[in-house]
Amino acid sequence: MGLGSDMYRQQILDHYKNPRNYGELEEPTFSHTGENPTCGDTIQIDVVLADDEETIEHIAFSGDGCAISQASASLLTQQLQGMTLTELHELDRDDVIDMLGVEISPMRVKCAVLAEKVAQDGAKIHTGDIEIDTTQTE
Amino acid sequence: MKASTTDPLDIEHIRADFPILQREFDGTQLVYLDNAATSQTPEPVIDTIAEYYRTYNANVHRGLHQLSQEASIAYEEAHDRVAEFIGASGGREEIVFTKNTTESMNLVAYAWGLAELGPEDEIVTTQMEHHSSLVTWQQIGKKTGAEVKYIQIDEEGYLDMDHARELITDDTAMVSVAHVSNTLGTINPVSELADIAHDHGAYIFVDGAQSVPHQPVDVEAIDADFFAFSGHKMCGPTGIGVLYGKRELLESMQPYLYGGSMVRKVTYEETTFEELPWKFEAGTPVIGQGIALAAACDYLDEIGLERIQRHEHELAEYAYDRLTAFEDITVYGPPGNDRVGLVSFNLDSVHAHDLSSILNDHAVAIRAGDHCTQPLHDTLGTAASARASFYLYNTREEIDALIEGIDDARELFA
Ligand SMILES: Cc1ncc(COP(=O)(O)O)c(C=O)c1O
Repeated sequence: MGLGSDMYRQQILDHYKNPRNYGELEEPTFSHTGENPTCGDTIQIDVVLADDEETIEHIAFSGDGCAISQASASLLTQQLQGMTLTELHELDRDDVIDMLGVEISPMRVKCAVLAEKVAQDGAKIHTGDIEIDTTQTE
Repeated sequence: MKASTTDPLDIEHIRADFPILQREFDGTQLVYLDNAATSQTPEPVIDTIAEYYRTYNANVHRGLHQLSQEASIAYEEAHDRVAEFIGASGGREEIVFTKNTTESMNLVAYAWGLAELGPEDEIVTTQMEHHSSLVTWQQIGKKTGAEVKYIQIDEEGYLDMDHARELITDDTAMVSVAHVSNTLGTINPVSELADIAHDHGAYIFVDGAQSVPHQPVDVEAIDADFFAFSGHKMCGPTGIGVLYGKRELLESMQPYLYGGSMVRKVTYEETTFEELPWKFEAGTPVIGQGIALAAACDYLDEIGLERIQRHEHELAEYAYDRLTAFEDITVYGPPGNDRVGLVSFNLDSVHAHDLSSILNDHAVAIRAGDHCTQPLHDTLGTAASARASFYLYNTREEIDALIEGIDDARELFA
């Protein structure tokens, strides 16, 4: 039925109930937070870069919100482990939705892409490419 | 013959007026419980809009031709009909058509607020205001230096009237309050607040967006100075709102928008303005929507607002009882027997947005989010909630469908 039921396949529920890489890192190279103001979803992403200042050595997330936002963050941190910042910036919203493996109803896309946007903005702040306090998705 | 005010509604008959309620999603019939956001539109109102465009669509006040005369008369009379609907004895001169409650609010904030308020003034409003009023007064406060103060709510979601009496003083210029909270379902004592405001020489603006569609309202009995509501929440079309204002107040105010239709004589140097209410309706107004709003008033009066109110009360109480029977559900606002037909709640294990998506699979439409009351949600200690809101066509069976959907969500997330 509808768009919604497919959204709650086992993978998403599993990552929501048992989030991977959940928590905060001791000494992150960078840490950034974001929110969907209208949903109240919040995500913080902590990253430790390898000595090359490019490879993601450790990544963790923490936050609060709906299953879609939290499961996306969990899945994303799994995927980003070992990736480079260049590869991170190459991800777009379709990649996240592919990763979720379900159709996301249009009104929920902002929940799905929050973690990705937070990770990308965090990296850009770290490299001095942008200056913002928090990320917001609409 | 009109039914007596205590007869139960003939729901089957009423539902037949709303073709949209027959919609099915994958074989399941729509259960529409998002009426506080917008209501559905009955055939007689749809017919009125269609008839206007089919047979007498024309610009008003301008043409001398037959169509323009017909449209002008219907549009002007719609103001009288709306005045009658809310007990405004001044008729059309006290009724300005806008595009929604929000614009009515802004009209007063700009036309009255910017002109009258200064750093020595205070605006008193409440913690449960919709953004349409809260943000507007907050911003007018910033522009004028007037301080905005918020009457607290108590544990049960009622206004703390002792706090109200403390905040409303001789420094208060405006008290702005929602008649009914769109999140808590609380019915506020607006005529008592009007008395307090008037005792201190302040005006009162009542936001009737959630009251006018659901209960009989008499703006003069309340003694409201301004009163606003939206057509789309009361069986009318979108794009039409109403501002009621006491005649002498509206007369004393400068226009908010300038342009055609609101003027009498224009030279390169000077302009004289039209009479009430037209001086506040610049440009081609909301003609079809205004005429259809009058039809919505006819429709609701024909059924009877006392009966609608009684029906919604019963639904609210039933929904409240069913929801509060679960230990993992938090319901916000006053007890079931003292609220309007809406219930906001949260299920412990499931975020409101997830719940709403799952309910959507059951063809149950509810609202999930902050319902345009972010500060109130902060006060309640949650970012979002789910809200089921009822209207004249809803049934107990639909509330049962809601509960079934909630059971399903709980199981899925267990
Ligand atoms: C209490 C209240 N006030 C104001 C509004 C704003 O109405 P509108 O969006 O039609 O301007 C609403 C509804 O959204 C409401 O519930």
